[in-house]
Amino acid sequence: MSFINYSSREINCKIVYYGPGLCGKTTNLQHVYKRTNPGQKGKLISLATETERTLFFDFLPLALGDIRGFKIRFHLYTVPGQVFYAASRKLILKGVDGVVFVADSQIERMESNMESLDDLKINLAEQGYELEKLPYTIQYNKRDLPNIVPIEDMDKLLNNQKVPWFEGVAVTGKGVFETLKAVAKQVLFELKKHY
Amino acid sequence: MTGSDLVMYEEEFRKIDAELQKLHQQSNAKVVFLVDKNGQLIASAGETHDIDTTSLASLTAGNIAATGGIARLLGEKEFTILFHEGEKDNIHISLIGQRIILVVIFDSRTSLGLVRLRVKKASEALGRIFDDITLKVEKEKGEGKLEESIFAEISDEDIDNLFR
Repeated sequence: MSFINYSSREINCKIVYYGPGLCGKTTNLQHVYKRTNPGQKGKLISLATETERTLFFDFLPLALGDIRGFKIRFHLYTVPGQVFYAASRKLILKGVDGVVFVADSQIERMESNMESLDDLKINLAEQGYELEKLPYTIQYNKRDLPNIVPIEDMDKLLNNQKVPWFEGVAVTGKGVFETLKAVAKQVLFELKKHY
Repeated sequence: MTGSDLVMYEEEFRKIDAELQKLHQQSNAKVVFLVDKNGQLIASAGETHDIDTTSLASLTAGNIAATGGIARLLGEKEFTILFHEGEKDNIHISLIGQRIILVVIFDSRTSLGLVRLRVKKASEALGRIFDDITLKVEKEKGEGKLEESIFAEISDEDIDNLFR
């Protein structure tokens, strides 16, 4: 649900990073925060536990620039990945305009990836959304680790919709902006369809 | 996109701004602001310069969402008013028409009673303005003339430029 303000000439969109616990959602946001000019970003807010696990959400407002005189702002959110934070996860999806699914490439995390993807679909459905109809991008993260599943296998397993995907190493920033750009592009084109 | 996007026009924005200014003065509050339930700041009035309003908007919406979750667990539809008391500043949060959040930050220069009273009055007026906006958007969408659509001309290149 975007917010189009003709008065202040601004467009605000909400992008949610989803995925299993410890897959690198917060790391994605931290990298975007680190690499964006101070004038383009707000504070990165993390509601996390003492052990830096996301408790409620992370939030990063980004003002990327102008299109045809309108300021384009993206609000990036992450959900808490751990299974037992299901109730909070649902809340973050309210009013989402685009979804990034961050998958953990390690062999032992495949089941968690699939569980999280199912959880995403269920939670979206509860809010009246369908993943198939939303701007959506996948990032296969942690490609630098030794025990990982080949990209083709992951894509077969997690990407039935054949949406754009990227290989990522969020700790070094690899694939982070590519992923964000891909989903942002879809969100803006989706607006184009409706207005 | 599911649900309706929130669209704000100049005319309605001015009305909303006027209501907020009025509420700010009459309640003697420090800051008054209006947030969409999804965390987008809509408008504000008062001493906003040293407040990070974007973050505040997002956290307020998170707060309302979490409280709404608790309400449903208890079989309530929603808790429409939240109040947080601090040493110096207090914050009064209320829901308008299930969609918009009105936030008032105030200190000892006023009282919770006065804030509540003024918020109630302002909520009614603001609720009406947002109803008008919804009607207007639906009407214009139906007629296919939603302002001079800037979206029609967005190109790949425009979007690439954002990421340069």
